[in-house]
Amino acid sequence: MQKISGDNFISEIVQKHNNDPQQLTSILHDVQEASGQNYVAEPWARQIAELLQTPISHVYEVLTFYSMFSTEPKGKVLIEICNSAPCRFNRSHELLAWCKEELGIGVGEITPDGEFGIAYTSCVGACDVSPSLKIGEDVYGNLNRSKLTQLINSFRENRPELREPLICQN
Amino acid sequence: MSKLINLISMGAGEVAPEDIKAYQQIGGFEALKKAMSMSPAQIVEEVKAAKLLGRGGAAFPLGIKWEHLLHIEGEPKYIVCNADEGEPGTFKDRFVLRQVPLRLFEGIAIAGYVFNSPKAYIYLRGEYRDLKEKLLSIIDKAKSAGFLGKNILGSNYSLEIEIISGAGAYICGENSALLNSTEGKVGRPRIKPPHLAEVGLFQMPTLVNNVESLAAIPEILLLGGQRYLELGHPDSGGSKLISLAGHCLQRGIYEIPLGRLTLRDIIFDPELGGGIADGKKLKFFHLGGQSGAIGHPDQLDTVYSYTDLRAAGLSVGSGAVVVMDESVSILEYLKAVNEFFIHESCGKCVPCREGNRQIHKILDRLLIPGAATRTDLATLRRLIDTMTAASFCGLGQTAAVAISTAWKHFKSEFEANVVDGPEHYKLAVG
Repeated sequence: MQKISGDNFISEIVQKHNNDPQQLTSILHDVQEASGQNYVAEPWARQIAELLQTPISHVYEVLTFYSMFSTEPKGKVLIEICNSAPCRFNRSHELLAWCKEELGIGVGEITPDGEFGIAYTSCVGACDVSPSLKIGEDVYGNLNRSKLTQLINSFRENRPELREPLICQN
Repeated sequence: MSKLINLISMGAGEVAPEDIKAYQQIGGFEALKKAMSMSPAQIVEEVKAAKLLGRGGAAFPLGIKWEHLLHIEGEPKYIVCNADEGEPGTFKDRFVLRQVPLRLFEGIAIAGYVFNSPKAYIYLRGEYRDLKEKLLSIIDKAKSAGFLGKNILGSNYSLEIEIISGAGAYICGENSALLNSTEGKVGRPRIKPPHLAEVGLFQMPTLVNNVESLAAIPEILLLGGQRYLELGHPDSGGSKLISLAGHCLQRGIYEIPLGRLTLRDIIFDPELGGGIADGKKLKFFHLGGQSGAIGHPDQLDTVYSYTDLRAAGLSVGSGAVVVMDESVSILEYLKAVNEFFIHESCGKCVPCREGNRQIHKILDRLLIPGAATRTDLATLRRLIDTMTAASFCGLGQTAAVAISTAWKHFKSEFEANVVDGPEHYKLAVG
């Protein structure tokens, strides 16, 4: 698992959002990103609750209500494939099959090294460039087999310049 | 002559989204200047005359909403921009946020001035977080230029805009759920009344408008409500952003005048959809989002306006036009729609939470030869009626619209695998 930057990362993130309980979703987004595994662990949730002076049940209610949050590790690079109707009938299943070929895992699974995970998502508003997928905050559209390999390799080899041209700018 | 129109999309792709000077050169912030020389009541009159119907999907007349809020007492009044675009097949708010954000901010500033709001929130769906930093930096630029922030245009009026991130919940597009989420709570809908105009964000009077609605305001003020109305349909003025997706050749965002084009123009015209890809035939189209109606090729000559579509049993909704070719099974498609609603139901009320799940079981059986009986069809009908009548909010009330409309058009596919059950179960359906 990716080492998290510093022991105080939770309090740093909460402070960045002015200890404002109204910013809970933004805090959870940032914690999840900093986790390196796309999730929020229980001790972190407790710490957030303490810092915001809000009950832990409230933090968990929010954490488990929204589908972009997870209480379990989901992989460092989480590949989210749209499963909504416009994409499902526009080759998103092929995209999923290619991802499976590349990574040897299916939806809801993580590679043994914890580097990659695959998940379904509802519509990400990229129907005009499907088949598309989302990694982090970026959507990659109009993908084919070779572009997908290029994309996955860019993460394997830590070469962002290979994936930048594939980011959807529409 | 072009079939398209450039009101909201003016400058998109030509003017850099963050370039305030360039935006001013195409008339940017002139509407705000004009607005601030008018009284709030005069502005509301123009919006009413324009007959702008809410562009998020519910199609509530914007002018009526504004007039209502204007007469409500209590301060502060908040402005909330609904940028939780979650209807699959819809990406027009992303277009506005990415291409012409200054027009949206100008619309928000005008709304803020009308209601003397100190603060506006943009509720940005979690899937669009990549836009947040960019939007914040553009807000800062607009502040430095005097169009937002303290003492707008040298007046006594000040407005701060904050961006709140969603986290992947379709239900938050429902305005009361959106306000709960903006307050940092889970996004479950509130019981109404009280109306959000009276008891909204932090219990204060609140205006909740869609991105596209707010972005339409500057042009309404520049042209005047009457002229804006004349550009569209007599019942619903101006333009609509269409998100064209699925199996048409030219997917994308198109701004069209309301009441001027038919569905055939939208899907087949070389300037718009350009027809069906791979030489296939059109099987059906799904309008207004997953909660909208499914249309049949026989309806292609229907004019795209709120009135004409409603008369044909269809709706504008979010402006989504999802085109599906002949290779798609209608039942498989409906299963995808249904699975979306199972996933997105907030779980608060039984008809929506359970209804969608039970519908899924029946759709599954309808796909297997001999697995479904006529009883299943009768149960499906009952479930649809119950959900529509008894769900707590719009999500459950509209979750089965696609199924019931498709059922009319593709009756034979619904019944293809059905076997007759015992005599006493033979209920009259369809």
